[in-house]
Amino acid sequence: MKLVEDNLRKHTFTHLDALESESIHIMREVAAECKNPALLFSGGKDSIVMLRLAEKAFRPAKFPFPLVHIDTEHNFPEVIECRDKLAADLGERLIVRSLEDSIKRGSIVIKDESKPRNPFQSVTLLETIAEFGFDACLGGARRDEEKARAKERIFSFRDEFGQWDPKNQRPELWDTYNTRVHAGENIRVFPISNWTEMDIWEYIGREKLHIPNIYFAHEREVIRRGGNVIPVSHLVQPKPGEKVEIATVRFRTVGDMTCTAPVESTARTVDEIIEETATTRITERGATRMDDQTSDASMELRKKEGYF
Amino acid sequence: MSNTTQLLRFITAGSVDDGKSTLIGRLLHDSKSIFEDQFSAISKTSEKRGMAAVDLSLLTDGLQAEREQGITIDVAYRYFATPKRKFIIGDTPGHEQYTRNMVTAASTANLVVILIDARKGVLTQTRRHSFLASLVGVPHVVLAVNKMDMVDYSQARFDEIVAEYKVFAAQLGLHDVHCIPLSALNGDMVVDRGDKLDWYKGPALLELLEKVEIDHDVNTSDFRFPVQWVCRPQTDEHHDYRGFMGRIEAGEVSVGDEVTVLPSGWITRVKEIDTYNGKLQTAFAPQSVTLTLEDEIDISRGDMIVKTDHLPPKVEKEFDATLCWLSESPLDKNRKYLVKHTTRTAKALFSRLDYRVDVNTLEQHAAEKLHMNDIARVAIKTQQPLVFDSYEIDRATGSFIVIDEATNNTVAAGMIA
Repeated sequence: MKLVEDNLRKHTFTHLDALESESIHIMREVAAECKNPALLFSGGKDSIVMLRLAEKAFRPAKFPFPLVHIDTEHNFPEVIECRDKLAADLGERLIVRSLEDSIKRGSIVIKDESKPRNPFQSVTLLETIAEFGFDACLGGARRDEEKARAKERIFSFRDEFGQWDPKNQRPELWDTYNTRVHAGENIRVFPISNWTEMDIWEYIGREKLHIPNIYFAHEREVIRRGGNVIPVSHLVQPKPGEKVEIATVRFRTVGDMTCTAPVESTARTVDEIIEETATTRITERGATRMDDQTSDASMELRKKEGYF
Repeated sequence: MSNTTQLLRFITAGSVDDGKSTLIGRLLHDSKSIFEDQFSAISKTSEKRGMAAVDLSLLTDGLQAEREQGITIDVAYRYFATPKRKFIIGDTPGHEQYTRNMVTAASTANLVVILIDARKGVLTQTRRHSFLASLVGVPHVVLAVNKMDMVDYSQARFDEIVAEYKVFAAQLGLHDVHCIPLSALNGDMVVDRGDKLDWYKGPALLELLEKVEIDHDVNTSDFRFPVQWVCRPQTDEHHDYRGFMGRIEAGEVSVGDEVTVLPSGWITRVKEIDTYNGKLQTAFAPQSVTLTLEDEIDISRGDMIVKTDHLPPKVEKEFDATLCWLSESPLDKNRKYLVKHTTRTAKALFSRLDYRVDVNTLEQHAAEKLHMNDIARVAIKTQQPLVFDSYEIDRATGSFIVIDEATNNTVAAGMIA
């Protein structure tokens, strides 16, 4: 077996180039084979990487799909600002559908305003898919995030109820993707399945992507509750006995404000975040997503209900 | 051209009894790829189950659906990195439906680690795994002789197994085989060398994975560019722009090269190679690029652009292939299926079933039907011509999937030869 000598190692085509080319290939397959695709875009870092990949896949033309955001209205304002600015700068069509619409329609019933809304996102997503007749939704999920995702295909087939059946997935061989669906069914496509959190940060650095400033270290009012650092907001107020303190933190993920915890950090640049990511000892979701800590199978259950 | 990738995709083949999960766990743990919250979760589970030490095999434990129903879901992908390379592990369970799972995972792998229990030596399943690796054309094979601690780290035992395996591997045409003695349980020769196997002078497993040369895994000689998508912006700025988008599946191309478009046979030259980051003079596999051409030729998705002075691919409606049947519903010779090959999908018929291969004995049997996990030689007729190479020469242009139009399921994987 021939081994690469370290001193001969050449890095002109890096792992990021390989991942990027794979993602572009996947997006073009969706554009070519699906009748009415959409790209799910939240303004978070993974979906910002997805936008750059779509530019690389389709420019100088416009994207062959609209951007769609399912807004929980529990988002950080900085993220929504970034979402709107990026869509406008790119000149692409952004469709926003809010959980509030589903609540008004009665398809979602909220009992407690301060509770996370992630479980309900699938309802509005499925309603939006039906409204526009999307047959494919591109999403920025990664397999390294969570063990349910680790077992999901790049082209993940959903039945007419939007459900994922982990036991009944289509075999996926080589880079030859089966994109076929019957009317009413759809496919979720994850072009960055094979990227890790580190790859995302390295790519953000390399491509100089603009991301919401809450990903960088800043001072913020937080409370400590059950081992988590929780950001104070109009949705989360201290309970009697809880103390508000100012901490220097950054967000590793930006989701629902009531269940996304920041990590204590002084990383103020992408390079500093890369350094921190290389040495961190806790997984991305483990550190930041309280809703994934409730049970060993939280994500798996949400996916089965039609979540991304 | 230098395009050394730092990304290695590999799979592990072996049953639970061979210590496959322990090996993956050990590789992740000793390369410091396990996070604290993951480690604390498996520590708790190990403690609950009354184990004295943390069971690293729990790291590859499955989903709730699997635990509750006692089933295993085919392929899970895991990621880890060292300063030298990034790794993607395709982890397949070793039980039923093994052929289907291994073929699926192996289709994208550069390397397969075949596990052997040092006490048991080369078994039927070792032969099966090796046959499947050769069938799918995985370029590199590592024979990991595990549980060396159970045979007193005996060099004689290792040499005996290696000698037997190498004869078999040569028969299969597996040329690039590297054998490593190791103990996944104790961590010898996985990431660290340990002090029990000093007689072995080769690299430990991780060192090998970091250094194996994979540049030449992609066919670098004959340019192959299946057209994925035609870019026509029709804006004022790009009024007459017609770009052919796709990924270079083999070889390289430069501005000015004479190219042939297949199946039509039109000849033109490459005008520009466009990317988002600017124009390139030369592009190579596996880059995704956009080509513009000197002449206006009718080209659409499914066509393939090749270099005129390169070895041409075949353009045929009939060809022979090795098929791995993946579906629970058997192959029905009276039905039409769809074949998706590169970017072209065509209706297809199976005109002949030559024989089925027993994956354990490699014997050939007559076949009337094909069931899940069957490997067979078949002849296929397609409604439109496909532009292909033999799988041995080019995995990308020699492979296809078969889709059942009624269910839209992927029912088979094919390799043209």
